Amino acid sequence: MGFAPGAAVRVKNDWPETRGPCHIRTPHYLRGRAGTVQRALGAFPNPEDLAFARPAPLRALYHVRFDQPAVWQQGKPGDELMVEIFEHWLEPA
Amino acid sequence: MNLLALDDDRLLGALRLLLAEKNLASPAEVAERLAITEQGSPAQGARMVAKAWTDPAFRAAMLEDGTRAAESQGIVMRGAPPLGVLENTPALHHLVVCTLCSCYPRAVLGYPPFWYKSAGYRARAVRDPRGLIAEWGTVLPEGVKIRVVDSTADYRWMVLPLRPAGTEGWSEDALAALVHEGDMVGVTVPRAAAPAA
Repeated sequence: MGFAPGAAVRVKNDWPETRGPCHIRTPHYLRGRAGTVQRALGAFPNPEDLAFARPAPLRALYHVRFDQPAVWQQGKPGDELMVEIFEHWLEPA
Repeated sequence: MNLLALDDDRLLGALRLLLAEKNLASPAEVAERLAITEQGSPAQGARMVAKAWTDPAFRAAMLEDGTRAAESQGIVMRGAPPLGVLENTPALHHLVVCTLCSCYPRAVLGYPPFWYKSAGYRARAVRDPRGLIAEWGTVLPEGVKIRVVDSTADYRWMVLPLRPAGTEGWSEDALAALVHEGDMVGVTVPRAAAPAA
């Protein structure tokens, strides 16, 4: 697939840490949250495999913007969060 | 055997010998990596910021590819994660945090300050960024949006702050002296308090 700048996406509401040992670079405060793709950042070995010394396939990484007050129910309207999220954690919103 | 009770220098010496004996890293390679690590400091980032303020072509190159721009200034980026540069504007202020650990652009900013690694900073930067930077005395003018950049993966991020008013005609060295590590994380902004030396 692949996401273009401006694409509406949602971070998967998935909690692998409830199923066993894992290493995840997707902050839990963003699971299930809707955001907007800022741009593609390239492809990097999947850290979820690297952490366990497994063969790590390249995964596309995106810079994704989120509305900050919507995530935290506090803050100033218009403020944003911008976070690196791997493609396999994103779905179209 | 309790590793914590052993003599640090002997332990390090044994590790270096093993690295060399197993052809994993020669003494020369270890010495080179030490030198590269020690080169990392906020002065490197400040030098890049000052150049970006005075050289529009460098500024564009730095925003396009921070790693290549750093290398063009003699900063060794080999083995370092890609460097991304976040441009502050009169309408947008960036604040960098790593909520998951302490990812930091060491090649250009050196070791992270103690507060950057603290649980308090990491939690509050994403939840209450304005309250957090106010504790450094940073209050953004009305109409300036804040964008918190959570450094969660393979990039390392530094902020390119706004050039302070009243610094027209200053040399790169004088400008670089105004730029501190917090300005390149986004908790503070550079100020032209004193005239150039």
